[in-house]
Amino acid sequence: MSSDVVKTKRAKREAMGPYGPLGKSLGELDDRLGIAKGGRTFLDKIFPDHWSFLLGEIALYSFIVLLATGVFLTLYYVPSQTMVTYHGSYLPLDGQKVTEAFASTVNLSFAVRAGLLMRQMHHWSCDIFIGSIVVHMARVFFTGAFRKPRELNWTIGVTLLTLAIVNGFLGYSLPDDLVSGTGIRIAYSIILSVPVVGTYLGFLVFGGNFPGTMVIPRFFILHVLIVPAIIVMLVTVHMVLLVRQKHTQFPGGGRTEKNVVGSPLFPVFTAKTTGFMFIVTGVTALLGAFAQINPIWQFGPYDAARISYAVQPDWYMGFLDGALRIFPSWEFTGFGHTIPLEVTIPSVIFPGLVFGLAYVWPALERMVTKDHAMHNLLDRPSNRPKRTAAGVAVLSALSMLFIASSTDVIANFFHMPLNTVLWLMRILVLISPFVAYPIAYKIAKEIQGTRGGGRRKTANVVTRTEEGEYVATAAPVYADDERHDLTPTEVPMFISPGEPEVDESGVRIIER
Amino acid sequence: MSELHEQRSAVSLHGLSENDPHLQHKAKHPVLVERVVALNFVVGLVLVAGFGACYWVNAPAWTLGATMGGGLFFMGVGLVAWAKYLMARGPFVEERHTLASSQIERDAFAAAIVERGGAVVKRRKMLGGLLGGGLGVFGIVTLFPLIRSLGPLPKDTMFHTDWRKGSFLVDQTGRRVQQGDLAVGSIVTVFPEGTENTERGQAVDQTVLIRISNENFTTQKGRESWGPMGYLAYSKLCTHLGCPVGLYEQQLQLLVCPCHQSMFNVTNGAIPNFGPAPRPLPQLPLYIDAQGYLRAQSDYHVPVGPGFWERS
Repeated sequence: MSSDVVKTKRAKREAMGPYGPLGKSLGELDDRLGIAKGGRTFLDKIFPDHWSFLLGEIALYSFIVLLATGVFLTLYYVPSQTMVTYHGSYLPLDGQKVTEAFASTVNLSFAVRAGLLMRQMHHWSCDIFIGSIVVHMARVFFTGAFRKPRELNWTIGVTLLTLAIVNGFLGYSLPDDLVSGTGIRIAYSIILSVPVVGTYLGFLVFGGNFPGTMVIPRFFILHVLIVPAIIVMLVTVHMVLLVRQKHTQFPGGGRTEKNVVGSPLFPVFTAKTTGFMFIVTGVTALLGAFAQINPIWQFGPYDAARISYAVQPDWYMGFLDGALRIFPSWEFTGFGHTIPLEVTIPSVIFPGLVFGLAYVWPALERMVTKDHAMHNLLDRPSNRPKRTAAGVAVLSALSMLFIASSTDVIANFFHMPLNTVLWLMRILVLISPFVAYPIAYKIAKEIQGTRGGGRRKTANVVTRTEEGEYVATAAPVYADDERHDLTPTEVPMFISPGEPEVDESGVRIIER
Repeated sequence: MSELHEQRSAVSLHGLSENDPHLQHKAKHPVLVERVVALNFVVGLVLVAGFGACYWVNAPAWTLGATMGGGLFFMGVGLVAWAKYLMARGPFVEERHTLASSQIERDAFAAAIVERGGAVVKRRKMLGGLLGGGLGVFGIVTLFPLIRSLGPLPKDTMFHTDWRKGSFLVDQTGRRVQQGDLAVGSIVTVFPEGTENTERGQAVDQTVLIRISNENFTTQKGRESWGPMGYLAYSKLCTHLGCPVGLYEQQLQLLVCPCHQSMFNVTNGAIPNFGPAPRPLPQLPLYIDAQGYLRAQSDYHVPVGPGFWERS
């Protein structure tokens, strides 16, 4: 650098170098942290493009919405079961004895500006969060993305789903309204149903017999600190593993096991994914504005001796509620003890089996297929008919259980006897996997045999030859159906590896 | 351009020329796309600003969500369209490096843990054992206060309620129930006097009082004196999961639990005839005293509510 005293603005600007003040600050940062090389590699990181890869992003962004709206709610919510007399802006409840938890939830909905919006967004984004995890998990399952080397990330994902459901239930319980209180009562009875230690567990969790005065404060600290902290930690590991192992991709278009084809992290992927985050947040806010969810002031405060009709939990607990409804009353009594199997089996053992199966599936599949190779290319679900059919079978049984959580509503709506609906759901739950498996298997096999699947069929052009013979030839594919993808190329903006120039100003020439 | 700048722009595109097709945009009509993106951004900006305005004037709740949600949605759509149609179309490729290290590196890593670490412990087995034992004991004893302090032990609290010999039946407001209070076919929730406003009274002692006739009613053998003047009292806790059995189907004389549709026949001692509940609702023996007040003969004879391990 010249030793002239820098005076003019222009000279100042030039002293900054070709990348201006931002470039200079980045240089300063690199002096201290040495981030330029790794940072550059990171910005050039390639992310494959496919619509199904967005599902996990929905989960991530709805979790961010959950954190943001949740922090807002904690500023107004009071986690206490102390009884107070409600005198707030919602007049129908005026003068009622309610817990502080309930009163503060009603107050933050009506008296805090944007409070109702934040509460409804929080509830909606929870439903979206768990829903997108399930769909994302189905994508990973059906395309075989859980195979080596990604089994660990699959395990983390299953844990995240479990924690999300648990935390959803905890948060749902916090307003202490009539419906959620009934949910807590059921949860307590489920804990009681655990053989040998159930009663002790229940007393430890609730600080005594139901309901006690501890459960809301305890659920609160679990809901806002402990479980979210574990979720944040696991999401971070989930992402780090994703970056480390690089994303999977579908075969075709120059994509192999040894490369990743797609858009660079910066700016294309960053722009796309940020835009997508806005869309997810925007849709959640629109739902919060226009679709009422969990209007606790209509349910009223919890009162252990009251109950309302058509009590259904949030959707992700539906399969458990359905299982509890349709399971027969098979209580075991003997040897001076009781095991309420009609509760233990559908609500403790059954979900344990379902999630256990999810945990061991990668190992199970490795054991059956003897496939220990590394897989970075995804399967088309139709090319793995057995796995696909197994997944469809489990999902169909779970869907039937979900439907079974509204037996009373179905009976009312279709004017059918409750008994008929009950037996119908029992039969459907038991039979649906065995019906779904062969159908899914057959469809997968059929798709395998199809050429040009996913394209529009073209007409046959019939021409008459000079001899009078008619010949049918297939017309060429529609131009729109042809993909004009270029051959993938390396991210080009990299610095030329040529002669490293060392000039007197001491500027570092960065090499790859 | 100064000399300095010339020197420092020794950075060149590698491999591709600036007009390589990979670096071009995907849009066929870039000007049109740019306008559409701009329109999205303008609408988004206006709506997001509108959120501020709505908040300021305390407009109805839905306008807040509509402006914020709409604004973010349009900005998001614009940004995605910008990235998809106007940025370098690619596709770009990156090599996937093998994750596994070389055999030598693996051996070196394993050796450091097994030999360097293991050898230290092997040589001083006693020290290792003592340290491990200390940490183990510490781990276990810290669990005691963490877990044991969470709640009292159940003892026999699961086996009895607050109903006593002679307890008055009171409704939720604390008013004692008298002989003539209920018409045949009506139902009321009652508590032992003094517990109607307590957590435990609400959760454990709650009882449904039904009047099904004008004369003494016997539900089961051995319960001849339990239903004076047609008054029957059952625990309101469903034996399935403890929901209050809140619905009374008067014509069929069934108590119905709205949670999972267990149904109990009131006339035969609340034996379940539908749903997942495994046991009858416990019946509370009643009597009517000289002043005409309904009172309990004793506590329930069996534990109320859902099943648990210690219940025989």
